[in-house]
Amino acid sequence: MRWREICGVALAIFFCASASTARAQTLYGIGRPATAAEIAGWNIDVGPDGSNLPAGSGSVSHGREVFVQQCASCHGEKGEGGVGDRLVGGQGTIGTPKPIRTVGSYWPYAPTLFDYIRRAMPQNAPQSLSNEDVYAVSAYILNLNGLVRDDATLDAKSLAAIKMPNRDKFVGDARPDVKR
Amino acid sequence: MSNKIDTSDKPNRTTRRRFLQSSGVVAGVVLGTGASAAAETENLPPNVPDWMKAPGDPMGSQPYGAPSPFEKGVVKNISKNLKQYISASGRTPLQELDGTITPNGLFYERHHGGVPTIDPAQHRLMLHGLVERPLIFTMDDLRRFPSESRIHFLECSGNPGYTKPYGKTASDLVGLLSCGEWTGVSLKLVLQEAGLKPEAKWIIAEGADAAALTRSIPIEKCLEDAMLAYSQNGERLRPQQGYPLRLLLPGFEGNMNVKWLRRLHVTAEPAYSREETSKYTDLLPDGTAREFSFYMEAKSTITRPSGGQRLNAPGFHEITGIAWSGHGKIKRVEVSVDDGKSWQDARLQKPVLTRALTRFRLPWQWDGKPAVIQSRAIDETGYVQPTLAELLAVRGENYFYHNNAIWPWRIGADGEVTNALA
Repeated sequence: MRWREICGVALAIFFCASASTARAQTLYGIGRPATAAEIAGWNIDVGPDGSNLPAGSGSVSHGREVFVQQCASCHGEKGEGGVGDRLVGGQGTIGTPKPIRTVGSYWPYAPTLFDYIRRAMPQNAPQSLSNEDVYAVSAYILNLNGLVRDDATLDAKSLAAIKMPNRDKFVGDARPDVKR
Repeated sequence: MSNKIDTSDKPNRTTRRRFLQSSGVVAGVVLGTGASAAAETENLPPNVPDWMKAPGDPMGSQPYGAPSPFEKGVVKNISKNLKQYISASGRTPLQELDGTITPNGLFYERHHGGVPTIDPAQHRLMLHGLVERPLIFTMDDLRRFPSESRIHFLECSGNPGYTKPYGKTASDLVGLLSCGEWTGVSLKLVLQEAGLKPEAKWIIAEGADAAALTRSIPIEKCLEDAMLAYSQNGERLRPQQGYPLRLLLPGFEGNMNVKWLRRLHVTAEPAYSREETSKYTDLLPDGTAREFSFYMEAKSTITRPSGGQRLNAPGFHEITGIAWSGHGKIKRVEVSVDDGKSWQDARLQKPVLTRALTRFRLPWQWDGKPAVIQSRAIDETGYVQPTLAELLAVRGENYFYHNNAIWPWRIGADGEVTNALA
């Protein structure tokens, strides 16, 4: 009899503990599950290795047409800059007193170009270009920087394979760097 | 007290100034406009002022209050010569403010694709990636979580740059800085709701603006003191501050405190987004660049007297300013009134809060001779705010971000206050 009581209490404690553990994993039960389709629609993050780049491709020559229509008014006909950032040139200047930071001279990863153009450009109508157009404009900007040939067509694999000239020049945060 | 440049359309400001001068009580900082308006004495002793002779505005004349019309010059400091205004910044008029809390209407702004108008009923936060349960939250959902309120500063990392021309006023120099009381839910609680997988090391935060701005946040910060904030100084966030939801990362550079927050993507690696590679990296003279440089180091500035103001007479003047550190609490602020030859401790206004603005004050007798005044902050880690020369020696002129230099003000024999490094 006594054992039964002890066992009963012990069991009760065990179940209580299990229940509170389960609750601890979903403490408040707030929010609803995100479906795979919802995530796919919103997740446009492209990794530096090209992960999550979409299907499709675009050529330098098509990129030139899109660039003239959509980009040149801010970035210049040849990416020389204007209201928008300069995109072209500057290679070899980064370690000098007058560095010129562009896609070609400074950006460490080519897939970032696709990621940024798709999410934020053109400034007056972001997320309006097709994936093919974004590949093409990326290819054209890289071509203007001498990083892909005039006849190149880029897709997920070939864009991720490009090694940007400045890739190895990024270091960790060494602050505090002024010590007393 | 506020200090305006233009008094021409504000006859009553001149009246107030004359009052201050003639009262003999306050030998304060006033504006040196040199404009002398006709003497207005009808509202001064022994006369009864006009505003006592008739009732004022009735209740309800301002459903949402606004400052006195005499303070209409206290507005955000927005350059008239920007290349564009869609990706741009506007500064807090620090030298016009007292205390440590920035009024919501004067909070500094930096946005990269304009300020979106978001219907909170149609806003969603998606939490996905390396979690056990990908979740979507409405704003009502987020407000159901246990809430908390904390006071923290926010500062843009480019505040100011390292190259001339340097600004004239405290706002020109370090006005990309504000401080408020934030209310929201601890990010840690929300992450627990989804369940982090062991390989979760970073969270990519994305805004619902036209830049879809993304930054990668180390998981340690997300679990330390990060907040999903929906209110600021008691009211819902202003649109310019991320309405209806922003990420708040106390002590981290402003750009990472993603506004209009709509997505948290838990990953093993950072995104290396444009905003953390092409921008917000610190270029050194040897051509290497520091990446993922998150913290805003200890810093201070004297806001009164400061550039653009004028001491109207020798005698007593309080020196006051603000100090802050992304690494914790301000331990001490030292002030020099002799061009850095000697330093004395300023009094700190309590409570001194972590990663928040701290007001400091020092009583001072100005002898009427030219002087250079400056402050330097020391935080609880023992870090001492450096000089601009010390920073330039290590970082060079092209570092651009994270300039936390001591900034001295020069006071001329005529009382004019100017930037001593300009």
